[in-house]
Amino acid sequence: MQVNETFTPTIVAFCCNWCSYAGADLSGTNRLNYPANVKIIRIPCSCRLNPMFILRAFQRGADGVILCGCHPGDCHYTTGNYYARRRMTLLFSMLDFLGIEKERTRVEWVSAAEGAKFAATMNEFVDTVTKLGKNKRLEDLRCAK
Amino acid sequence: MQRIGVFVCWCGSNIAATVDVEAVANALAMEPGVVISTNYQYMCSQAGQEMIQNAIREHKLTGIVVCSCSPRMHEATFRKTAQQAGLNPYMVEIANIREQCSWVHKDKLTGTEKAIILGRAAIAKVHLNAPLTAGQSPVTKRALVIGGGIAGIQTALDIADAGFEVDIVEKKPTIGGKMSQIDKTFPTLDCAACILTPKMVDVAQNEKIKIYSYSEVEAVKGFVGNFHVTIRKKARYVDETKCTGCGLCTEKCPQKKVPNEFNLGLDTRRAIYIPFAQAIPKVATIDADYCSMLKSGKCGVCSKVCTAGAIDYKQTDQLIEQEYGAIVVATGFNPISMDKFDEFAYSKSPDVVTSLEYERLMNAAGPTGGTLLRPSDKTHPHTIVFVQCVGSRCDSSEKGKSYCSKICCMYTAKHAMLTREKYPDTEVYVFYIDVRTPGKNFDEFYRRAVEDYDVHYVKGMVGKVTPENGKLKVQASDLLGGRQMHIDADMVVLAAAIEPDKSARPLATMLTASMDTNDFFTEAHPKLRPVESPTAGIFLSGACQGPKDIPETVAQAGAAASKVIGLLAKDNLTCNPCVAKSDEMMCNGCSACEKVCPYGAITYMDKEFRGPNRTTLIRRVASVNPAVCQGCGACTVACPSGAMDLQGFSNSQIMAEVDAICK
Amino acid sequence: MREMIKAKAIELLENGTVNRVLGWKAGEFFYDLTPGIFTSREEIEETFEYSVFSAANLSKYLIAESRKEGKIAVFLKPCDSYSFQQLLKEHRIWRDRVYVVGIACDGMCSMDVIRDKGITGVTAVEEDGENLKLTTLYGDKTIAKADALLERCVHCKSRKVVVFDEMIGENGEEIPDSHRFDMVEKLEAMTPEERFAFWRGELSRCIRCNACRNVCPACSCEKCVFDNDKSGIAQKAAASDFEENNFHIIRAFHVASRCTDCGECSRVCPQNIPLHLLNRKFIRDINELYGEYQAGSDMDTKPPLMNFTTDDCEPSVVYERGGKV
Repeated sequence: MQVNETFTPTIVAFCCNWCSYAGADLSGTNRLNYPANVKIIRIPCSCRLNPMFILRAFQRGADGVILCGCHPGDCHYTTGNYYARRRMTLLFSMLDFLGIEKERTRVEWVSAAEGAKFAATMNEFVDTVTKLGKNKRLEDLRCAK
Repeated sequence: MQRIGVFVCWCGSNIAATVDVEAVANALAMEPGVVISTNYQYMCSQAGQEMIQNAIREHKLTGIVVCSCSPRMHEATFRKTAQQAGLNPYMVEIANIREQCSWVHKDKLTGTEKAIILGRAAIAKVHLNAPLTAGQSPVTKRALVIGGGIAGIQTALDIADAGFEVDIVEKKPTIGGKMSQIDKTFPTLDCAACILTPKMVDVAQNEKIKIYSYSEVEAVKGFVGNFHVTIRKKARYVDETKCTGCGLCTEKCPQKKVPNEFNLGLDTRRAIYIPFAQAIPKVATIDADYCSMLKSGKCGVCSKVCTAGAIDYKQTDQLIEQEYGAIVVATGFNPISMDKFDEFAYSKSPDVVTSLEYERLMNAAGPTGGTLLRPSDKTHPHTIVFVQCVGSRCDSSEKGKSYCSKICCMYTAKHAMLTREKYPDTEVYVFYIDVRTPGKNFDEFYRRAVEDYDVHYVKGMVGKVTPENGKLKVQASDLLGGRQMHIDADMVVLAAAIEPDKSARPLATMLTASMDTNDFFTEAHPKLRPVESPTAGIFLSGACQGPKDIPETVAQAGAAASKVIGLLAKDNLTCNPCVAKSDEMMCNGCSACEKVCPYGAITYMDKEFRGPNRTTLIRRVASVNPAVCQGCGACTVACPSGAMDLQGFSNSQIMAEVDAICK
Repeated sequence: MREMIKAKAIELLENGTVNRVLGWKAGEFFYDLTPGIFTSREEIEETFEYSVFSAANLSKYLIAESRKEGKIAVFLKPCDSYSFQQLLKEHRIWRDRVYVVGIACDGMCSMDVIRDKGITGVTAVEEDGENLKLTTLYGDKTIAKADALLERCVHCKSRKVVVFDEMIGENGEEIPDSHRFDMVEKLEAMTPEERFAFWRGELSRCIRCNACRNVCPACSCEKCVFDNDKSGIAQKAAASDFEENNFHIIRAFHVASRCTDCGECSRVCPQNIPLHLLNRKFIRDINELYGEYQAGSDMDTKPPLMNFTTDDCEPSVVYERGGKV
C-alpha cells in the first residue's frame, strides 16, 4: 500500500466515562500531545459501544476506530468491559474476515491514571492508520470528498 | 427544531492560546438550530453563568452547548446554571475543547479546526437530547443484616443506635458466630466471650433490633430503598415465646450421641440443645436429624419435662415477608475442609486438629473445661507442632486457596504463647512460610511469643505427619537452617485457610451482588467504596468481603452501618435519569438485556397490545427499574431490535456525534 | 414418509389434539414448497406436501401462531428443532400451545443444485432409495440424492430432533465431523485482499430484498432496527457500496451466539449469496475462543455474547493470529 505523506486519517475514539475519558483528560492536563485528528466520543461504559457505531463511523469516512475502556476487572459497572471485550473480539474478527484491514479497529484499556498511555496509544494508532492510508473498503461512497 | 445556544469559553489563555475562540463561535453559529453563539473569558465564572442564563431566557433556548473544559470538571456546574434559568439540566452538552483539544495541540489552526468539529458533535447531540427528570423512590427505613456474627452484631447495633429498625437473620440457633467459639483474642489476650457476650445481650435488649435466629433468607426482590425479603424461619420445634432457656430438656433428652458442632465435634450434645450457655436467644432447638420423637414418634421426654409447655413437635417452617431499605451481608467465613490435606494425617489421628478445634480445647467452656488434653487419650501433650498456611497461599487452586487467610499468623502466635504460658513444660514449634504481622501491636505480640515464651519458629513447611505408637512423627524442612527436621509430636495443629461461608454464593445470586472467584463479595471500589457492593443498597460487613481479624471486622461493620444510616436517613432517593429505557412496542421479550444487566434492573411482564383487526396480542416485554439501573448500557447492545436505549446516550445521539465527527 | 406425516397431521386434527397444522404446501412450482396452515382433513389431503424440497424451517411461524387460540401441530426437522428450542429459550414461542412432531431427516434437496448438474426442465422428482428419479422435458433422468443436497445438508451438523412431543422415524445423532467450517477456513487462509474481493463479489449482488432476514428464525424482532427510523440506520435499499456490507455485518452480529446455523438465509437468497458463511464465522470464533456452543441445543446455557469469563482473550487476538482467529 502506498504511503501518502499528506494524508491525515480521521480517527474516532470511543472512551468510557470513568476510566479512559478521564485518562484522555489527564493526557491533556499533562500536556501530552497526540494528533488532532483523534476525536473522542464519550460513552458511559465500553459496553455501550454498539458495533453499529463503528460501522457507521467507517461508512461516514472514518479511517480508524478505537475503543478505550477501564481495564478488565476495574469496570465502574463491574462487568461492562467483559461484554465489550467479547463483542469487539468477534466484530473485529468478522471485519477481518470480510477483508477489511484489521489494523483499523482496536481496543485499548486505559485507566484514569494512564494519561501517558492514552497519548502514546493514540499516537501509535494514528501512525498505523496513516500507513494504511485512506479507508477505501468501508467508506460510504456518497460521502467521498 | 431545537433553539441552541453555543458558549465558547477561553478559560483565560488555557483554551484561547491554542484555539481561536472567536472563529469557533462564528463557525458554530452557522450550524442548524444555533440561534446564538458567543465566547467569553470564563464561562464558569459568575458573570459567565449569568451570560448563559440571560441567553436562555432571551432567546428561548431549548438546548445549550458549552465549549469548555472536560465535562468531568464543569458539566454539573453548567447543568445547574441551565436549571436555574428554567432549562432542563439534561439539555446541556459540553464540548471538551480544553483537556482534549487546546492542551494537547500546539498549532492554533489545528486546535481551532478540532474545536469546531467537537462543537459540531455536541450540537448534533443536543439536537436529539430530550429533557430528563430524575426520578424519586421512597426509602423503607429498616435494615436487614444477614449473619449474626460479630460483624452483623456490630452493624446492627450501630444502625439501631441511629434510631433505625434492624433485623438480623442468623441461620444458626444463636447469634455470636465464630467469635463465640474463640477463647482469647490477639494481641491483648482478653477473653472473647467477655467482650462478645455483652454485645449479644445488647442486641437482644435493643428494642430496635429483631433477631430471626435459625432462619435463612429465602428470596430477595426489589432494589435500593425498597427491598422485599422473604425469610424462612426454620422449625426448631420449640415455641420461642414460651421457652425460658432453663435447659432441663437438654439434660433429660435420652439421645446423647449427637456431635456437638459448637465444639466442632470434639464432644457430643443432646438432640435438643442450646448451643452454649450465653446463647442469644437462649432457646432450645430440637435437632430433627437425631430426635427420635420426630423420627419415629417415640420418646417425648423433653415435652414431658418442659414446665413452660414450649415443646411443639408439629412446628413447621415459617415464611416471613418484610420490607427493607438496605441489606448488609455479614455471612462470615469457615475454615476450609482438611480432606485434601491428608499429608498432615488429619483424618487418621484425632490428635491432629485445626486451629479452631484447638481454640475449643483451650477454652474454659470447651469440651475439656479448658485443660489442654490430647483428644485421643486425654493426656497432657508435651510437644506441639503448629503448621501455618494450610491451604492458604497455594499455587494450585485445586487444593487450597491462592490468597493469604490473614488471621492465622496471629492466632497461631497466640496459641503458641498461651500454651507455653499455661504449660511451660511443653515444647512448641511453629512452621511458617512468612510471619505476617501488619497490625497495631501485632509484631510486638509475635516477638513476645518468640523471645519471651521461647516458641520455636521454624521457616519451612511440614512435609508429612505420620501417626506412630501414639506419637505423631513430623517431617519438616528448616529452610534457614538448611536441614530436615524430625519431631515426635503429641499434637499437630493446622492453621486451616478460611473461605467464605457456603451460603454466600446463593445469597449473592439473590441479591445480584457480585463475587470474586473465591466467593468473597466484591466491593463497589476496592479503595474508595470498600463496604458497599456494586449493587446499590447492598453493603458488606466482615469476612464475607475478605479475610479479616476482629478489630478490622468491627471497623468495617461500623463503616457499613454508617453507609446504611446515610441511606436510611433519606426519605427519597434521587435516581440518575441517564438510564436504560425499553420501547415496549419493539421489545421481543427475549431476555437478552436481562442476561447482561449487572444490577438485575430489568424485569419482564406479559402485556396486552392491540393487534390487527381488533385483536389483542399478549407480548412479553422488558421494563427497566430506573432506581436500580446505573446506566452502563450493556443491555442496549445486547438488544437486537434496538428497543432498549440509553437515555442521555441514545443510539441516535451517539450516531449523530459520529456523523458530525466524520463529516 | 410423506404419507406418514400427512396421516399424522389428519390424526392430530381429528382427535382434537390441535386445531391447526403447520406444514408445507406446493408453491408456484412443485419444488418450491412453502409453509402452510391446514385446518381440515380435506385441505391436508389436497394440498399438504412433503418431499425432498420441504426445506423451509417452520419454527419461526410459531411466534405468531402459538399466540393464537388453540393448539397447533408443527413438523420439525432436526435443524428446525434447534431454531425452535432457541426461540423457546428466548420466550418467543408459547410451548404449551404447540404440538411438536419431530421428523427424521437425511437431507433436503435443491433444484438449483440439480440445475447446476446440467439437468434442466425438471417436472417431477421422486425419491428412490439413494437416488432421485427426475422426470424432465428431455426424458427421465436419475441423480444420486447426495448430489442434489442443499449445502447445509451436505454439511449437516445434527440429525437429532432436540424437542418433540412425538417422532416420525428414528431420531438421529449429532454429527461432530460435519466439515461445515471448511469454507470459512478456506477464506481465512486467503489474504485480506482476496477475502475483500470475494465478499465484494458476493455482497455487491445483494438487492436488499430482506429475504434472509425475513426467513431467519433468529431475526425475529418485533421490529427490525433496519426498519426503525429512530435507530438511525434504517435503510430501505442499498444506497452505496457499503450499505449491504453494513446490513449483513449487523445482521450477523445480532444473531451471533443465537444463530443455530439452520442455513435458511442462504437457501432463500435470490442472489445465491453464501450468507451462512458470516454466521458460521461467528460460530467458529465462538467455539474456538469461548468453548463449543450450539445455539438451541438446550434451554439453560447463556449465549456466549451474553456471557464472559474474566480471562477471556483480548480483541488483539485478531491481529496476533491473523485471519484465523
